[in-house]
Order: sequence, then C-alpha cells, then structure tokens
Amino acid sequence: MILVKLLPTGRRLVCLLAGLAVAGCVSQSVQRDGVTINDPFEAQNRRVHAFNKGLDARVIGPVADRLKGDDDGPRDPDAPIGPLQMVINAGRNLSLPVKVVNGLLQGRPGDAGQNLTRFAVNSTLGLGGLFDPAAASFGVTERDTDFGETLAVWGVPEGAYLELPILGPSTQRDAVGQVVDLLIDPLYHVLDAKGAAVVFGLRVASKAGDRARFGDSVDGILQGSADSYAQLRLIWLMNRRHDLGEERAEYDPYDDAAIDPYAE
Amino acid sequence: MTLMTMPRSTRMPSDRRGFLGLLASAGVLAAMPRLALALDAGGARTLIDRSLGEVYQVINSGQPGPQMYQQFEAIFARYADVDVIARSALGPAARQAGAAEFAAYRQAFQGYIGRKYGKRFREFIGSRIEVTGARPLKSFYAVTSVAYLNGRAPMEVEWHVSDRSGRDLYFNIIIEGVNMLASERAEIGAMLARRQGSLPGLTADLQQAG
Repeated sequence: MILVKLLPTGRRLVCLLAGLAVAGCVSQSVQRDGVTINDPFEAQNRRVHAFNKGLDARVIGPVADRLKGDDDGPRDPDAPIGPLQMVINAGRNLSLPVKVVNGLLQGRPGDAGQNLTRFAVNSTLGLGGLFDPAAASFGVTERDTDFGETLAVWGVPEGAYLELPILGPSTQRDAVGQVVDLLIDPLYHVLDAKGAAVVFGLRVASKAGDRARFGDSVDGILQGSADSYAQLRLIWLMNRRHDLGEERAEYDPYDDAAIDPYAE
Repeated sequence: MTLMTMPRSTRMPSDRRGFLGLLASAGVLAAMPRLALALDAGGARTLIDRSLGEVYQVINSGQPGPQMYQQFEAIFARYADVDVIARSALGPAARQAGAAEFAAYRQAFQGYIGRKYGKRFREFIGSRIEVTGARPLKSFYAVTSVAYLNGRAPMEVEWHVSDRSGRDLYFNIIIEGVNMLASERAEIGAMLARRQGSLPGLTADLQQAG
C-alpha cells in the first residue's frame, strides 16, 4: 500500500528535494540537551505524531502483541527459531540487495560484499532467508544501510526533522532516501508486480515482527513519556547520527556550572 | 570490591570540596591533589565490569519484577553518580531547589530509573555485555562495551565514568548513540513543565513513573 502511494510521487520527491536544498541554506537548528535539533515543522510533525501514537496504541501494538504470542520472550540461542523470527529473517534477507547497491554507491565495497554474501548464503542454504546460516555458521553479519546514508556520505545535509505517517521519525534527507531506496531496489526491477508485492509485504511483516519483539521499549517511549514527541525525536536523532557516524553528544555535566554540585 | 573503593569512598564530597577550596585559595593548582586519587582507564573499566556483574546476577536470578527493580536501583545508587545525574536531569531548577526538596526529588528519581531501565533489562535475559576498552574523554573516562542480544545485531554501549564526586562513579550510559543523560533531561524537563515547574509535584509524579 505504501509502495503504491510512494512510487508515483515524483512530484512529491521534487518538493522534498527542494525542501532539502532550502533546509541546507536556512538552518533553524537549536541545541537542546546537548543535541542539535532542527525542527521547523514541529506543529505539523506533532499532528502526525498524535496520529502515529494512536495507530500504535489501537492497531500496531495489539497486532504485534498477538504476533508475539507465538514466539514470546527470551530464548535459548540454540533452540529452533519460531515463525515470527522466520518472517523477520525473510523480510530482512529481501532488504539486502538494495543495501548492496547503497554500499557500492557509498564507495564501501567491503560492506556491499558482506551483504551480497549474506544474501547468497541465506537465500540458498537458509531456505529463502527463513534461516540465517550466514551469521550463525559463517559469522557474516548484516551491514545495515540505506540511501539516506548514501546521501550523508555524499555530503548532503540532514535537513529538518520529520515525523512521517506510519513510517515514523525521519529527516528530509532520510525521507528522500526512503523514496529512492524503493526506486533503486534491484528486486523490484527483477520481479513482476505480483512478486514485488509479495516482497514488499514480507518486508513490512518483518518490520512488524521487529516491533513485536522490541515492543516494550517502543511502548515505554510512546505511551510512557511526558512528551513522547520530543522524547522520540531526541532518541531517534541521536541513534541515527550515531549510525551514520555524525554528531556525537559528549555532554560533560561536571563542566556545566549550573549542574556540577562539586564546582567551587 | 570494598578493598578497592574504601580509600576513596571515605572521602565525602563535602570534605573534598572544602579541601579543594582551601588549596585553591592558597594558590595551589586544584588539579594536583587529584593526581593522588586520579581515575585511570583500568579503574574505570573495573567499575563497569563490577557493576555489570551485579546487574547480570539480578537479571539471571529469575525474581519477580518489582524485586528486581529494587535491586537495580540499589546497584545504580552504588555505582552511579546519582546526585549529578539527578541534578543534570532537573537542569537549572536544581540550583533553586531547597536541600530537603532536592533530596526527596533525588530519591524519587533513583527509584524511577531503577523501574524504567529495569523493565528494559528483560530484553537482556540470555545476553552478555563485553567491556572492550577505556579512554580518557574531556574530564572523564569513556568505557566502551558491546552488548550481544539474541537475534539482534551487537549494540555499542558506552559508559562515562568520573571521579569528581570523590569516588569512581559512572554518570552516563550511551546505547547506540542514545544518551541517557540527554533523554532524561528532556523527559524530566517535560514532566516538570507539566507540573508548572513545581518540584514537589514532579517528585510525586516520579514516585509513580517508570
């Protein structure tokens, strides 16, 4: 559904790119809690956040809880994996080809090769990606990446913070990346419409499975926070920048005269 | 454990402050006396190793939730600089707070952290964390570690350790770039705003939160 919504949006892509260019010039970032926040669309983002939060409480959370019923709790690493983990594995496996492309675009052939090896091993020995012998037997782990990271490597600025409907936190740069990832994904070029729909469905299910497994932490932030919008924005930006090797918050409370109780 | 921390823990923060003040007023470099009890990479690493050992004992004990949260709170109080974390989370309001008011807030904050992070530790059952190194950073040490969780890519966990309190204590945990101090500053700030800046109101809410 999202695929259908996103693919014919060339015009929206242009708008986003234009927005990105503008954001590069007009920076409205502020330092908050030692982290740079650039959120000129906060009012609109907060409306989307309220929608996402409601969706999570009424639809995604309950579905995730039901999924989790099959495959609950911590397990012995040697025990056979449950159906939920198989869906997560299969979806993740299908996301590898586009990660290979991005690795190449970033000039990181090592990462690309590692993802390609994983895809080859798990698609065959791993029975279409249901199992993960690449990591379990050969120690070849995934190098997570996307076109948002490719743009970052190319020097495109992050742009403003965005909260997208259903998809959640993003930035202008990452939103463009998400659209481009769909366009450059080799799987969608190789497969017919039906195959592409199956692949897309599995990838969405995989994300839902992740949500089910780590739902407690998501609930903690979304439903347990005094200002869940600000909390999610902060946590997401810190994590994303860490993944991309960008800004780090190395806050030293002992250097802060307003805080340090031991200061003279 | 007691053997290693005893010489430092006997130095109370207030004594140390007075001592440093005296030296500073005498024109002696304030940094000099710190050389004697200076924190080093090994000490910082030991602190985190010990603290993790105790956390895993509780995680793997299979006790009911509330009992575990109390023990996490006790470990947090033992190994973390709760005073500076609580102050930092409260922000400038900490300076205006009365001593008793602040102490009540600090106590409630400590319990809130024990419950909030204790609930997340459920995901850590069957996992392990390996301490990989320590390096000096600004006025403190950063201890790096990797958490291996089931079915998930390894996570980088960094601990910031300082001896500014007079003891080696950690004051920040950064999990995959997510900085606990920064997120608690935002969260406590939002909770305080919801109470129109009333610290006793925030304290009451914290006793229920987490």
